[in-house]
Amino acid sequence: MTRAVTTRRKSLNTALAWAVGLVIFFPILWTILTSFKTEAQAIASPPLFLNFDWTLENYAIVQERSDYMRFLWNSVIIAGGSTILGVIIAVPAAWAMAFVPSKRTKDILLWMLSTKMLPAVGVLYPIYLLFIRLGLLDTRGGLVVVLMLINLPIIVWMLYTYFREIPGEILEAARMDGATLKEEILYVLTPMAIPGIASTVLLNFILAWNEAFWTLNLTAVDAAPLTAFIASYSSPEGLFFAKLSAASTMAIAPILILGWFSQKQLVRGLTFGAVK
Amino acid sequence: MATQHSRSVARLMMAPAVVLLLGWMLVPLTMTLYFSFKKYLPLRGGDLGWVGFDNYVRFVSSSSFWPAVQATLMIVGGVLVITVVLGVLLAMLLDQPMWGQGVVRILVIAPFFVMPTVSALVWKNMFMDPVNGLLAHLWRFFGAEPISWLSEASMTSIIMIVSWQWLPFATLILLTAIQSLDSEQLEAAEMDGAPVLKRFYHIILPHLSRAITIVILIQTIFLLSIFAEIFVTTGGAFGTRTLTYLIFQRVLESQNVGLGSAGGVYAIILANIVAIFLMRIVGKNLDA
Repeated sequence: MTRAVTTRRKSLNTALAWAVGLVIFFPILWTILTSFKTEAQAIASPPLFLNFDWTLENYAIVQERSDYMRFLWNSVIIAGGSTILGVIIAVPAAWAMAFVPSKRTKDILLWMLSTKMLPAVGVLYPIYLLFIRLGLLDTRGGLVVVLMLINLPIIVWMLYTYFREIPGEILEAARMDGATLKEEILYVLTPMAIPGIASTVLLNFILAWNEAFWTLNLTAVDAAPLTAFIASYSSPEGLFFAKLSAASTMAIAPILILGWFSQKQLVRGLTFGAVK
Repeated sequence: MATQHSRSVARLMMAPAVVLLLGWMLVPLTMTLYFSFKKYLPLRGGDLGWVGFDNYVRFVSSSSFWPAVQATLMIVGGVLVITVVLGVLLAMLLDQPMWGQGVVRILVIAPFFVMPTVSALVWKNMFMDPVNGLLAHLWRFFGAEPISWLSEASMTSIIMIVSWQWLPFATLILLTAIQSLDSEQLEAAEMDGAPVLKRFYHIILPHLSRAITIVILIQTIFLLSIFAEIFVTTGGAFGTRTLTYLIFQRVLESQNVGLGSAGGVYAIILANIVAIFLMRIVGKNLDA
């Protein structure tokens, strides 16, 4: 095979892949571009691509009108809180299943996975009712608990598949050297487990950030995160493309950046380790 | 060398997760079952007593049931076909040597990280708006009459939006699977003069079959319960009311909890049928 052929083929691949990639990415790019236009430019015909007067006024207006920072803060607390809580509960469980497996470990893992399959709408009213009775409706604490519970199976599974990759021989060697269980966990396991835990935290933060069933149905004003903030822009009256774009950009930007770091974990996390 | 002691420690470590998930499963499930056998209208008289299987019969025989089943199947089926077919093609393309592969991957994967309410609203307004949407501009550019997507072609529109969101997921998983393919086998087949299509059918597709199955099962579970995409676009109008949306309307909008709960039980059964297949594959993987 000659070099020229490979280079030509490579150029062709590159051109095709970039074209497809840009088409798929285009809605996001267009949203970001539109957020810097004035309302008149946003609906100009023919559409303006780069030849417009860039402005930041939409961002200022959106923040002023709907208090973006409050929604952002709610999103951070809810997604962050549910992830941290979930990891704290899942690490011991996944550790036990990975290093002290019993006959029932597999059944427990599969059962945990099955709770993830429970369609949210099937238990909407009970949760709604419990939230009212317990005074949790429209509170961040309530959502932290619910999102932690719906993501807990994924967190346990991801940690389990990462922990299983830690070679058992190292643990045995540590035990031979007289390490106590505490030392074993602190000095041997933790350093090796940190990358896996970090990946798990990242992916689950993203999933919780974008969750849009419970966050829409269980919040009103006080605890509403960015998913609800955007949904409030769905009313047809007073529809402004540039402001919608600015609001959208502000809602997705933090997670897009995190998301790019988590491609690998995405596959493992969402297939429960079935594809690696 | 698990000792009796380490076993009991392990059980203790699993306890919080197991107990919490057990509660999360059993408490609401029991309540849903309980309500499903009652005539329960919180805003119009409250608990009106036991009605046996009445809600189950009424949910299935209501005029909105079959259209909802149809809408659900169309969305799930349509999105699955589009994302799997395009996903396989895209994964094969991305597996080829090229410049800037990392950047292209990022471009392709990005839609998955856009929250559902944002992607639905952006598509609804900036692309599908019949007057100012980009697609309307495109149609006019070619001299065609712009379409009011979400009312005239509502189902197509929803399928487009949801496919855009899920294509990255399918692509990424299939790409991961393709990359584990033994490239020597492919090269050998190429040397032997096997045509592209033959190579695809006999080597690539069989290798991908497990990954494709997993994509289908996982997406089905998520697609059966899509909500936000319909909530902010059509609100269930124009034939896009899925089972999930129908149950949501019964429970929270018309506050007919008994009827909605019966629907919820149907949804749970449906999801479990899909889940059983998924669990079998995942379970097999655990043994390996």
